Amino acid sequence: MKTTTKQKIAFSILFLCTIIVVLPVLFVLGVIIKNGAKGISWQFLTTMPSDGMRQGGIYPAIVGTLYLVSLSIVFSLPVGVMAAIYLNEYAKDNLLTRLIRLAIVNLAGVSSVVYGLFGLALFVTFMKFGVSILSGALTLAIMNLPVIITASREALASVPYSFREVSLSLGLSRWQTIRHSVLPFAIPGILTGAILSLARAAGETAPILFTVAAFYLPNLPVSVFDQAMALPYHLYIISTQIPNISIQTRYATAFVLVGIVFTMNIIAVILRSRLRKKKKW
Amino acid sequence: MSKIIANNLNLWYSAFHALKSINLAFEEKRITAIIGPSGCGKSTLLRVFNRMNDLIEGVRLEGEARIDSENILGGNFDDLVRLRKKVGMVFQRPNPFPLSVYENITFGLKVHHLAKKKDFDAIVQEALESVMLWKDLKDKLRKNALGLSLEQKQRLCIARCIAVKPDILLMDEPCSALDPQATLKIEELMQKLKKDYTIVIVTHSMQQAARVSDDAGFMLLGELVEFGKTVQVFTAPKDKRTEEYITGRYG
Repeated sequence: MKTTTKQKIAFSILFLCTIIVVLPVLFVLGVIIKNGAKGISWQFLTTMPSDGMRQGGIYPAIVGTLYLVSLSIVFSLPVGVMAAIYLNEYAKDNLLTRLIRLAIVNLAGVSSVVYGLFGLALFVTFMKFGVSILSGALTLAIMNLPVIITASREALASVPYSFREVSLSLGLSRWQTIRHSVLPFAIPGILTGAILSLARAAGETAPILFTVAAFYLPNLPVSVFDQAMALPYHLYIISTQIPNISIQTRYATAFVLVGIVFTMNIIAVILRSRLRKKKKW
Repeated sequence: MSKIIANNLNLWYSAFHALKSINLAFEEKRITAIIGPSGCGKSTLLRVFNRMNDLIEGVRLEGEARIDSENILGGNFDDLVRLRKKVGMVFQRPNPFPLSVYENITFGLKVHHLAKKKDFDAIVQEALESVMLWKDLKDKLRKNALGLSLEQKQRLCIARCIAVKPDILLMDEPCSALDPQATLKIEELMQKLKKDYTIVIVTHSMQQAARVSDDAGFMLLGELVEFGKTVQVFTAPKDKRTEEYITGRYG
């Protein structure tokens, strides 16, 4: 066989593999949009469910998910960023820090239902927060920590060493150097990681299953110690537990969930590409 | 009294003996050049005087280094902030922050609270004038410094350093990233700055040392082989190794 023919075959296979990655995404999106878009209306987004959730909207589920996601980032971002600063800027490379790094990598691989059970044991039962937004948000926060730590460390490590060197040579202390010469330039990268982790938190069902999610609530939650409905769990319920519900309602709910996650991902992608353009040091 | 003095200064990187019993005295408001082949310890020596070697793990120092007669290596000396404000450093590669020209110069002022906000404009102008950049950049103060030419960047870095009001400027091969024309201009600038600052420059270029410095030291394998007036070092070196290096038979 001629070399060029071989090359053509090789590139065709590579191209096919690439397409295989994209196809499921397009397919999922296509089906959801096709079946769900018609179900989206202002009323669907802003009213309480009615008639055993067969009618009405998904307002409380949207609100619950937004509460959970925002509260979880309040916990995970500061802790994650500070841990990343410690690991990247201060910690010496010894057995302890290597163990910590190993733990972070492994935490990222733990399945989300395990986080759910962990949250149930620690926050709901042991710390007596009960099945509540607080317990759910803390569970999501812990699940997200490894992602945020890893993204933040990468962002910090991409700030050139020379910034630190100049900063110290100008008489800044190590802490001032981190605050003024490293962190400001790492923030876009940290934010990108944080948004991606939020998108993941918004879509997860298992961690909130035992810690916060309610089957149905007639009222919106009023404090962090209340239960809440959440989009992914709501979707699970209307798809498996409630007979005679219209397909369109199910798909419209999926549409909203995927829409939220997608929007967040796209914001992260835009932020990252802006950052790349700016970063020419 | 000399501005910078080293007495029997030794430095080790773990087991590697990088500076061997260095004795020297650098005079105030003069330019002292340190020359020598790569790896001879000239940058390491420079970084003793603002304690930048502290950043490297496994560095051990013995002996004395005095600045204005204060031993900066003494056991009870711990004010690195004061030291580094007094001893500024210019690096090999121009390394402005990815901020505006203005913010680069006010960077140290802000963190150290050295001046009031209302005085910043005047300080920026003064700093840029002293590095002969004011004319070129007075309308571009808000532009990102990364867009400047390499030579302008290096001048800006010198201005950023000067804004903190040091006495001493340590320059670590400040022209090695620049073309010959820009190099000459930075050298002119150094001659001008000498009126106000004590300058120590490390350079791999003997021509540069000969053009720019008043005193010169030649280092080889961690030893300060020769130190004296530049004219003497280049025209009548006392040590055979210096002569061999200068005439191109070594290193």
